[in-house]
Amino acid sequence: MSTPRVDVAVIGGGLVGAAIAFGLRALGSKLALLDEGDVAFRASRGNFGLIWVQGKGFGLPPYGAWTQASARAWPRLAALLRESTTLDVALRQPGGLHVCLSAHELAARADRMSALLAQPGFERYDIDVLDRAGVAARIPEVGPEVVGGTWSALDGDCNPLRLLRALHAALEAVGVVHRTGFPIERIEPAAHGFTLHSPRGRLDCERVVLAAGLGNARLAPMVGLSAPVTPNKGHIIVMERVRPFLRVPLETIRQTDEGTVMIGDAQQARGFDEALDPAVLAAMAARAVQVFPHLCGVRVNRTWAALRVMSPDGFPIYAQSAAHPGAFLATCHSGVTLAAAHAFTLAPAIAEGRLPAAFDPFSSRRFDVRAAA
Amino acid sequence: MFARQPDLIVERGTIDIVVDGAVVAARTGDTVAAAMLAAGLMCTRTTPVTGAPRGPFCMMGVCFECLVTIDGRGSQQACLVAVAPGMRVDTQHGARALVAAAKDSA
Repeated sequence: MSTPRVDVAVIGGGLVGAAIAFGLRALGSKLALLDEGDVAFRASRGNFGLIWVQGKGFGLPPYGAWTQASARAWPRLAALLRESTTLDVALRQPGGLHVCLSAHELAARADRMSALLAQPGFERYDIDVLDRAGVAARIPEVGPEVVGGTWSALDGDCNPLRLLRALHAALEAVGVVHRTGFPIERIEPAAHGFTLHSPRGRLDCERVVLAAGLGNARLAPMVGLSAPVTPNKGHIIVMERVRPFLRVPLETIRQTDEGTVMIGDAQQARGFDEALDPAVLAAMAARAVQVFPHLCGVRVNRTWAALRVMSPDGFPIYAQSAAHPGAFLATCHSGVTLAAAHAFTLAPAIAEGRLPAAFDPFSSRRFDVRAAA
Repeated sequence: MFARQPDLIVERGTIDIVVDGAVVAARTGDTVAAAMLAAGLMCTRTTPVTGAPRGPFCMMGVCFECLVTIDGRGSQQACLVAVAPGMRVDTQHGARALVAAAKDSA
């Protein structure tokens, strides 16, 4: 029996892989989206759902521009998904707020934001520093301990689970091959492309895109790439539905289109450990109640921890293999925010067979620094 | 729909509670959900997303279908709260309000 063959195989069926596949969907049945299955660490099912620009790009200005471009392209992505699947991903981009609970916190935040915007080559956008009255004008429910915050008009959120579902549905509608429970153990470069080896069978492809999240660290060296990503644990508290009161997302508190209040925060390097840390949850809840005292009487329905896909400097990695030019790599911890950029900019470059120079700053070569003599 | 089983009734006295403004006679020891079902009140709430009616299902605190507002506090599980004299119960329509004082506006 001959091995099935596709033009492009995307390894990783999460938000990064599915958004790239969405951008390549014209290939139809010549495109395959391969997913490890329910055993995977699924950042795409544990995330918070922000489409967030404010503060991004400190230390790598092109990342700020990339993030802004994606936020600007998001309405087009949401419209296309609605057209092809009827699913509404609940996109809102009303601006977003980062709140501060002390004068010291606010001063540090303001300094950080002005340093971000002052970087040479940074594509500027407005970040307003608000005092308490400025915050209360936008969100009257904030408590007395809120002293101010920072605001960007570019921020927003969506329903991330519906986004993942809509991407998968859109791919299915045009006949893209979607294999779940199909972990890739080995990528074997061949004369005209690659052979992917899974316990469930083999697949030949002309090009391969590594979008396997934390799995990219293992897969990348098989095609001459490098993806030094490690897990970074975040926590989420999901509260019951209440009537809409929060029409703009905060960086750590938001209300979904269906009324659920979510709190998302914390960054911990703990390896492949998804265990809940009650002290972290308690600190998150306490801070949320400082911001919105009325949350005190609202029930918590569930909590979870999930693993971000973190590179050493926190920025995405996009790369094309020099040794095997048909192999591409995409990894980031902002699969929701960057979904539109992945679909509309990265995917067409992969279809062309070459990442343009604009992607150079995101290459993993930035980690190959020679040790000082 | 529901009737109290005569052989299981222990005479413990009655308590009046108020459900959506109407007096309902309950028995001491009833949960709010039991008192409402015995009074023929099947619907405790409507859902936040589709507005579908819901009523007590598991009667043991697991399903969260029987949410009501009790003495002004929203999303209480009717099957886990015992009736008390003068208790005011309101069926809940859609999501509860964040601020209790605004709860009757919808």
